[in-house]
Amino acid sequence: MKSGSRLERTLEAGHFAFTGELGPPQGANVEAVRKKASYLKGIVDAVNITDNQTAVVRMSSWGAGLIAIQEGLEPNYQMVCRDRNRIAMQSDILGAYAHGIRNMLCLSGDHQQFGNHPLTKGVFDIDSIQLINMVKGMRDDKKFLNGDEIDGAPQIFIGAAANPFAEPFEWRVHRLAKKVSAGADFIQTQCIYDMNMFREWMKQANDMGLTEKVHILAGITPLKSGGMARYMAKNVSGIIIPDEIIERIVQAKKAAEEGIKICVEQIEELKEMKGVHGIHLMAIEWEHRVPEIAERAKLVPRPQV
Amino acid sequence: MIVAERKPFDEIKEMTKGFKKVLNVGCGGCTSICMAGGQREVGLLNEELKNAWAQEKASIQIDAFTIERQCNADFFKELDQIVKPYEAILSMACGAGVQFVADRYPNKPVFPALNTVFVGVDRDLGWFEENCRTCRECVLGETAGVCPLTRCAKSLFNGPCGGTSREGNCEVSKDTPCAWFEIYKRLKEQNRLENILKVKPAREWRNQTRGTLIQEAFKTRYAK
Ligand code: SF4
Ligand code: SF4
Repeated sequence: MKSGSRLERTLEAGHFAFTGELGPPQGANVEAVRKKASYLKGIVDAVNITDNQTAVVRMSSWGAGLIAIQEGLEPNYQMVCRDRNRIAMQSDILGAYAHGIRNMLCLSGDHQQFGNHPLTKGVFDIDSIQLINMVKGMRDDKKFLNGDEIDGAPQIFIGAAANPFAEPFEWRVHRLAKKVSAGADFIQTQCIYDMNMFREWMKQANDMGLTEKVHILAGITPLKSGGMARYMAKNVSGIIIPDEIIERIVQAKKAAEEGIKICVEQIEELKEMKGVHGIHLMAIEWEHRVPEIAERAKLVPRPQV
Repeated sequence: MIVAERKPFDEIKEMTKGFKKVLNVGCGGCTSICMAGGQREVGLLNEELKNAWAQEKASIQIDAFTIERQCNADFFKELDQIVKPYEAILSMACGAGVQFVADRYPNKPVFPALNTVFVGVDRDLGWFEENCRTCRECVLGETAGVCPLTRCAKSLFNGPCGGTSREGNCEVSKDTPCAWFEIYKRLKEQNRLENILKVKPAREWRNQTRGTLIQEAFKTRYAK
């Protein structure tokens, strides 16, 4: 075991993993975190705590992660390269680990221009692949990035993101390979709507032997309305939503119900796909619907590991 | 080339407030080439300033003088002769030139009339693009001649993030080409993709303190 986290134990035991997502509040509203956590407790193996997502200032991901631990949830601590240099990153990783955080997701981060402090100085001292590599060095070699010894190395289960749906498509599996060789133990993908494209990417990953080295969790986001589907398809770079899915949501009498139905169907399909070792459900501001989705997709009860 | 643009007029005007005699110094180097701070622009700015102050009935004398380059002492000899009576100097050079002027006349207030925007190239007449952030460790040989530090919004060194659009643009704007999309395309065409398949380790940022460069041949000359 690298970290002994519940997520790692689940995956290593060969179970199909299930992770969720919790976006911290724009303030120190502890109750808001507890409430979101309450919907996910006992339902997911670990919960991603986003790091100032879309570059909007929120409670820190490690801070909200500690509340998640108090609530009986295992956090997956997200860290982006936008806001911290290597000194701050390594120090935060040590602090988070000292308080019981065992999983991390290493990301580049949305550009600051999208957020609520658009003219802040973006840091980008290192990139996401270098971050993965740095955490691995801290864990396995017990060394900081500069080579100094660490007094008490953090045993972190290292996660990375992958987006099979962004150009240049044929590059994407190579980027995955780079993340694996940098030290990623698990991957959570961008939300999948185009199953054919995803299947093709998984095939490439299988063919390159990557799925034997890394656990891939397929990313899913339920669509709540036709408006949301259209907006995402048009405006969010790196997300592809096929027309027939948009049509289904738009035509449906109850769009939200249809969104959940599609999501459950996708999960069923992904469970059968070679190399997919779990689902990462990003139900943005829809945490309360997660238990129902988990139930209908037969992802609960979770295995006890 | 260093590319600069004129500051908003009101900001420049405010700088000259209260002075009776101001010298506006143009630069015949980069800022002249990018039509921001050469002889012609000095003349135009001075006209505007004179008119604006005249309307407010303020008496102010603003003269013009353009030197070949404001970043080399050899070009300052004539300026040295005439600068004495002026209470303040406006400089239409890049930030480096403005500082050179300020260092040379430390008793005089020196003001920048331009904003220095970047190191770049001319895309077309009056159209410039940033290409280099002077990082002191150039990687262009590996990246097919496209600077990831300057042209990737996140200065990534290991390939495109997940935000590249279908048209090959950056997630920050539909009008900004994704640097890594371009790098990938070119390397593929040149059969050099192996350049970016290996993990590129964390960079050492060499431009975090002020740079000084003494060429090898001059080392003994400047030895302390
Ligand atoms: S890598 Fe980019 S910033 Fe650095 S010297 Fe080369 S062009 Fe300039
Ligand atoms: S889309 Fe391309 S240019 Fe923009 S941040 Fe990502 S990799 Fe860099």
